[in-house]
Amino acid sequence: MESVLAVVIGGLYAAGMYLMVRRSIVKMIFGLALLGNAANLLIFTVGRLTRGRPPHIPPDGVVPDLPLADPVPQALILTAIVIGFGVQAFALVLIKRVYQTVGSDDQDQMTLENQERGGES
Amino acid sequence: MKNLLFLPLLIPLTTAVLGLLAWNRIKLQRLIGVCGTAALVCVGSVLLAEVIDGTILSVQAGNWAAPFGITLVADMLSALMVLATGITGLAVTVYSLADADHHQEALGYHPLLQVLLLGICGSFLTGDLFNLYVWFETMLIASFVLLTLGGRREQMEGAIKYVALNLTASAFFLAGIGLLYGVTGTLNLAHLALQLREVSHTGTLPIIAALLFAAFGIKAAVFPFYFWLPASYHTAPAAVTTIFSALLSKVGIYVLLRVFTLIFFQETISAQPLILAAAGLTMLAGSLGAIAQPELRRMLSFCVISQIGYLLMGLGIMTPLALAGSIFFILHIIAAKSALFLTTGIIFRITGSTETSRLGGMYHQRPFLAALFMIPALSVAGIPPLSGFWGKLALVKSGLAEEHYLTVAAALAVSFLTLFYMLRAWSEVFWKARPAGDSTVHHALVPLRRRQMFGPVVALALVSLVMGLAAEPFFQLSLTAAEQLLNPGDYIDAVLGKQP
Repeated sequence: MESVLAVVIGGLYAAGMYLMVRRSIVKMIFGLALLGNAANLLIFTVGRLTRGRPPHIPPDGVVPDLPLADPVPQALILTAIVIGFGVQAFALVLIKRVYQTVGSDDQDQMTLENQERGGES
Repeated sequence: MKNLLFLPLLIPLTTAVLGLLAWNRIKLQRLIGVCGTAALVCVGSVLLAEVIDGTILSVQAGNWAAPFGITLVADMLSALMVLATGITGLAVTVYSLADADHHQEALGYHPLLQVLLLGICGSFLTGDLFNLYVWFETMLIASFVLLTLGGRREQMEGAIKYVALNLTASAFFLAGIGLLYGVTGTLNLAHLALQLREVSHTGTLPIIAALLFAAFGIKAAVFPFYFWLPASYHTAPAAVTTIFSALLSKVGIYVLLRVFTLIFFQETISAQPLILAAAGLTMLAGSLGAIAQPELRRMLSFCVISQIGYLLMGLGIMTPLALAGSIFFILHIIAAKSALFLTTGIIFRITGSTETSRLGGMYHQRPFLAALFMIPALSVAGIPPLSGFWGKLALVKSGLAEEHYLTVAAALAVSFLTLFYMLRAWSEVFWKARPAGDSTVHHALVPLRRRQMFGPVVALALVSLVMGLAAEPFFQLSLTAAEQLLNPGDYIDAVLGKQP
């Protein structure tokens, strides 16, 4: 299972990086979302995959039976997902505003100031 | 007394909430903002007074014993940074009273500023790596909105770059956190330090260190990760640019100092040539960029980068004197840079421009403003007896003692370059004759507005002056902070209890 997830994570990172370097800001946001998901899956995988062993304390015990699935990485991921959701929502609104003000989704068109400066000097 | 550590978080949070409740009443929001940041300055001073004898305060949120709960820690470095945050926050809030435009204030400018301060204070006080990530995101979200507030085209263009690079850094940071947890099973900084102190760092640990260095390096604008900063900082209103350049990039440096002395000490030593090279190149790239800029705020943005190089240099050399030099330099640069950016804001308010080609001859009308620009400008360049000189002296001295001649040469050369472009900017704006055919009318400032704008700048310039003329006590504090960083035993004991 780890090796499958490792390939998936690698694929997500590769796709995310590729999208990030595209000129379209829409693709850039998709790339950011993929990078975030790749990082979340990475936390999940390196936190050890333990199947069918929830960290429960048996009724007659005081400590949970080992081995157990570590709940901490899942809590981390949950937090990261929520934060990522908020940030991506902002990023979507931002690219919409950028598209409205610039009239293009091409990052090469977003060099207004450099053009002005080039004209002056 | 331990609960004092929650106050630097609770105060900005409460202030932001109260400000949001007073959504339609801008005047009340302003009052709340000023009171909140003033309270933050007071709490910062009390916190510093508590740790001034070298004690390290720590508190476990909800009484969950470390390393299981969220830990807040204040040593000398944290306390100094919180106080500096409070002072800069107060200065910027007061300045905003005169300079923020009503459109932005109506969109929640004042509460957002408080959320930004909350994220910054949280980053300085937390003792947990994942909690640090959360504070980073708090800070980032607030800074995204502050940067885009107003929605002008250049702001949008700057924001795209800022958002993209900072979110990439966050993704790297998150990946580093995950890998570190996979290796060690803990994210509490003190617990990590304890676990990784004795073992030799092999396998994935140096890779994690590199990931985290890249993540924090992007936030701090270290070479070669700095390109987003000069593309975005100068597009925001003057007050926002001030707080970004004074505090946001310093959070990156603070975290580098914290994490790479506490957890990745071995990597810092083995990667010393790389860190020093990054430091030297950051200085050079920043100052060469600044020389090429005819516009004041862009020039100052590049100058921010070149100063980051000095801060990194202390981490690279890694002796008590060098780290103390870095810490002293952080405090100096926060004051001097804020004063410069705010002065530029005043120049823009009076003349309507920050292009040096359109400015000139202001010395005759406004000699006081000219002096006000000159003090922090010379201080950043490192002219004795101003504060920048002492920080650079400590860094250069420790660099020579450790025989890092190339970095020292870069540091000295960059000082000359800084002096050159600062004086050029000063003479362009104040000394040269007004450009022919310039028909722009200089606006006079009404007395209240003048006090609100000049007050914070004078205060910050005075801080820089006092730090230079009476450097000894400030340097003692920095030295204590540096020794705490290099002897993490006290930090670990403060968080986890006495170790056997």
